[in-house]
Amino acid sequence: MNRQLDAEIETGLQFFGKMTASISHEIKNVMAIINESAGLLEDYSLMAEKGMPIDPERLKVVSDRVTNQIRRADSITKNLNSLAHSVDEFRKSVGIRETLELAMGLTERFADMRSVILDFHPPSDFLAVITSPFHLLNLIWQVLDFAIDASGAGKRVGLTFETGQTSVKIRFTGIEALTNEPSTVFPTAKEAALLDMLGATIHHNTKKGEINLVLPKDDRQQ
Amino acid sequence: MRVLLVDDEQELVETLAERLGIRGIEARWETTGDAALKRAGEEHFDLAVLDVKIPGISGIDLYKKMKAKYPGLKFIFMTGHGSHDDFTAGSAETGADYYLLKPVNIEELIDKMTRLMAE
Repeated sequence: MNRQLDAEIETGLQFFGKMTASISHEIKNVMAIINESAGLLEDYSLMAEKGMPIDPERLKVVSDRVTNQIRRADSITKNLNSLAHSVDEFRKSVGIRETLELAMGLTERFADMRSVILDFHPPSDFLAVITSPFHLLNLIWQVLDFAIDASGAGKRVGLTFETGQTSVKIRFTGIEALTNEPSTVFPTAKEAALLDMLGATIHHNTKKGEINLVLPKDDRQQ
Repeated sequence: MRVLLVDDEQELVETLAERLGIRGIEARWETTGDAALKRAGEEHFDLAVLDVKIPGISGIDLYKKMKAKYPGLKFIFMTGHGSHDDFTAGSAETGADYYLLKPVNIEELIDKMTRLMAE
């Protein structure tokens, strides 16, 4: 196996590992909340057995909490499932909106940990590109991870996309700490390899604090 | 015993605080490291239960800051990551034996709290 292929496999596996580790952490948190909620219901029933009145409103709060966590777990496992299926085919038609939604879902916890808010404002039009879904997801995640770190005092990263004749532009905004020489910071060799693989390019707008990722609508056009 | 619970999962610390309250342990909660530091400066606590991963600051760093400011405060860590390496690294860095895996068993938590307070 050649070195470039080794590096590509390593980058992909690292991304996959990081995402699944984060998802398992989130699932643990959901289970912890459901566990405590079940314990609290048991506490209430023991209190009721001893003749202490339990306000029905307290039961409703716990019930709503469990319902919310089930909803959350459903969304987490949907993301995990989509991530898993992103390696089914390495060239297919990929919905940009769906991919960005998945990337946001996978990144949310990383943003929360750094107290950064993610804003997604997609246009209503449906747009698909022919590319590798897994590598595209990996690249979007790498840009988001960088953007979160470089969001500065604003602590808010925006994401949207625009469509052109033969390409699509994904805009990452709110990157306040973009320096005048961003090429020394981002993209690194890891993202450069992904850009190359997808036939994509990255452009910095330091004045606006934006990174624009330009993808061909069909990667074979490159 | 007065306890400060710190975890970014609000519903978890809220519920845990209520369950501890039912068992006669006064518990307050915060969801960020900054808020926890502020709260610890405003109220007296005997013990802090910290998640290893908290927004803005790691639980280990929060522990170091709180320990320096409030030397009498005792600590228990909660973590969702159950790897042996996490435990080893965390215990070595903090000197704490009291690491609990999520989901936490409340009786085990209280047992550890009681033992820690008796030390």
